[in-house]
Amino acid sequence: MLCLERTFDKSQDQIADLSFARVGEWKDRHPGAKVIGYFPVYAPVEIIHAAGMLPVGLSGGGDRLDIQHADARFGSFICSIIKTTLEMGLREHLKMFDGILFSSICDSARNLCFVMKRNFPDLYTDFLHLPHNPSSTASVDFLASEYRRLIQELERIGGHEVTEAGLKNAIALYNHNRQLIRHLYALRAQKPHVLRAWESYVLVRAGNLMPVEEHNVLLEESLQELTQRPGKPRDSIRVVVEGAFCEQPPLDLIKLVEDAGCYLVDDDFVIGRSWFTEDVPVNGDAVHALAESYVNRAVYSSVRHDFRAPRWEGLAEKVKRSRADAVLFLIAKFCEPAYFDYVLFKQKLEKIGVPHLLLEFEEKQFTFDRVRTEVETFVESLVFD
Amino acid sequence: MPEVKQTEYRGSIHQRQKDLMLKWYERLNEAAETGTPPTASLMISGNCVELLEAFGAVPIYPEVNALQLAIRHQSLEPILAAEEIGYAPDNCAYVKADIGCYLKGITPTGGKLPKPDLVLCNFVGCNTYVKWFEHTAVLTGSKLYVLDVPFLCEDEPSQAAIDYVVRQLKEVVTLLESITGKKFDYDRFTEAVRCSAEVEELWSQIKHLARRTPSPFDAYFDAITLMGPLYVYRATPEGVEFFRAALEEMWQKVASGQGVYDQEKFRLVVEGPPPYPYFRTFRDMFAKWKACAVASTYSTVGGLWEFGARHDPDHPFESVAMHMLSQNVTNRNYLQRYEQIKRYIEEWNADGLIIHFVKSCRLFSAGQGDMRDYVTKTLGVPTLYIESDLEDPRYFAEAQTRNRIDAFFETLEHSKLTAKAV
Ligand code: SF4
Ligand code: SF4
Repeated sequence: MLCLERTFDKSQDQIADLSFARVGEWKDRHPGAKVIGYFPVYAPVEIIHAAGMLPVGLSGGGDRLDIQHADARFGSFICSIIKTTLEMGLREHLKMFDGILFSSICDSARNLCFVMKRNFPDLYTDFLHLPHNPSSTASVDFLASEYRRLIQELERIGGHEVTEAGLKNAIALYNHNRQLIRHLYALRAQKPHVLRAWESYVLVRAGNLMPVEEHNVLLEESLQELTQRPGKPRDSIRVVVEGAFCEQPPLDLIKLVEDAGCYLVDDDFVIGRSWFTEDVPVNGDAVHALAESYVNRAVYSSVRHDFRAPRWEGLAEKVKRSRADAVLFLIAKFCEPAYFDYVLFKQKLEKIGVPHLLLEFEEKQFTFDRVRTEVETFVESLVFD
Repeated sequence: MPEVKQTEYRGSIHQRQKDLMLKWYERLNEAAETGTPPTASLMISGNCVELLEAFGAVPIYPEVNALQLAIRHQSLEPILAAEEIGYAPDNCAYVKADIGCYLKGITPTGGKLPKPDLVLCNFVGCNTYVKWFEHTAVLTGSKLYVLDVPFLCEDEPSQAAIDYVVRQLKEVVTLLESITGKKFDYDRFTEAVRCSAEVEELWSQIKHLARRTPSPFDAYFDAITLMGPLYVYRATPEGVEFFRAALEEMWQKVASGQGVYDQEKFRLVVEGPPPYPYFRTFRDMFAKWKACAVASTYSTVGGLWEFGARHDPDHPFESVAMHMLSQNVTNRNYLQRYEQIKRYIEEWNADGLIIHFVKSCRLFSAGQGDMRDYVTKTLGVPTLYIESDLEDPRYFAEAQTRNRIDAFFETLEHSKLTAKAV
């Protein structure tokens, strides 16, 4: 039987481990097999899996990495995850990786891709253009061709053919993984006193570092245990977190927000792990199914543009679905996509009368006094309203 | 220390460009007053203005409006208005100035700007473009179309990327047909593409004149002056006429040995947009040292033609797609920009690189420290790195910038003298 507390602690240690020991263990067990990292937010992990490789979701350096070199390369006004990712490379934390994927999320990340390419010529560095015009019928075809290009590259590096059966198997595994994560979120929204946001966060994020098969077992067992877990309702308001889709806030900040009187009933932390609203179809051509799902079945996100379905409507819907009292914008310093979206999100929330609070964070942040006061004041203003 | 020297563009092109730009604003004003001609908002970089021409539609360029405001020292008020409704200090100030103008009813000339019939976002590298035009569409209630252009991660775009863009261009044609009520005029489109090709050829020849010593114009500051007509009139006979005259004027300068300064002392490549709110002040900081830009990456935002690419009237759709995909600096990857700078330094015979880090613009600036590392260490070329903003006057530290520029040229002068002595 699995002890939930130990699982959460272990997951917490794993996500903070910048030596990627867990990934190293996998490599030891699979001599010659390759590891492909991907910068947030989303990557078609099924393809990497089908190429016999381990996809690893990167999430920056957290609060454990001093920046010694990367500041000189990226200067002011650039978010921290860009610098810590480069720093990890420059300080040999990425030795375990054979390749890194980036995608069209923002200008800083895109430039980082090519800076990495120059600085680490032995690393396979690639950039995926994920389409921003889903209304065009040409989008799916283009993305499918982009995925086929990726397949060719991975076959070249890994020497392992990507087969239709392998892709379908991977899709099924990840569909299951996403279903389990959706269950976890549903449970949290329903019983936030039983599962805290930081616990579900570390559990989901730990999946970035292990094979999906293992993560599925971990999630299944945890969900099983959670049905028995006692929990005492707290006096908290129900809050949706928006804006932390790429650089991740310090764990202490998530805990603090909960302790200050918030149930975090939904969020966009490591959202790439639950990117689709429903299963990717397994009948028909697998590459096409993945591309078509990105275009038609993806969650709303500040880094994915779909003017058929405005993101602010997505947020309003999320608030309604999770019966939230308020929205907490947790935005990484200098994160331009999040800050632009903030304006339209805010307008929508004001129109439908949902209170909101904006907090800026950096992955490396150690003092939270001001934040605590702000959250407490916000909660009080709602409770005594 | 040399005296501060103010510079003027010495020729007739400057006035002609002003007249052309005013005429453009007059047409926009007419559209606002009468509803014709039809208009569409468009981004400067790698755009498909030729399609608009085919419908007799006039482009609205919010970036041009924003920079005009900044040059006229009017950008702060709209920026603050945008921040008041929630835009962050770190959002691109071009967007804030544009949105603020809309909120406050400010225009660069005081005339009216029309509500665009179509907000056509040519997403060409800059992710902010998508956000900006999405916000514009929400504010104005106009129809939005995002023309998604795959980023150029390899040397050349793939056939799949070209097909993707062509298919979207054809969707835009259908959209414009329904918006304007006019049938697509293929001949007019081809003619627009032909004009673009001609303007590109002329512009490219102008840029190549900067290889001469002295350069007849400053390929950063003067190139920016020429960029207005380049964007607004590229696909029109007026554009062709303007650039013919410009080229002729440049040749006359070359023939008489006239450079930007009586004696050109330094030749530079400049990377990054200028600080428009301090455009003149900034220019004078270089003029003081008789330092002439012979090439600049910013002047290739609209198109990178000096290395040979052109629109092609025989393949109009494909060549518009190629232009959007690969022939503008914003959709090319960062290492291609390094290569571009390297070619400028070598082929335009430059002494150093100026990197102007612009706070607003991650597209240009994210990673410029690495670029400096490459240029100084790998190429062994002196590089100056300065920071401010292209639109927001609050980020220009005048004394500090001047000191850094002076120190850079003092060192450069010294090393030139030492090199001569050896
Ligand atoms: S945190 Fe925001 S700005 Fe930074 S890389 Fe991620 S999406 Fe881009
Ligand atoms: S981010 Fe840069 S390229 Fe994009 S709109 Fe702003 S100034 Fe222009």
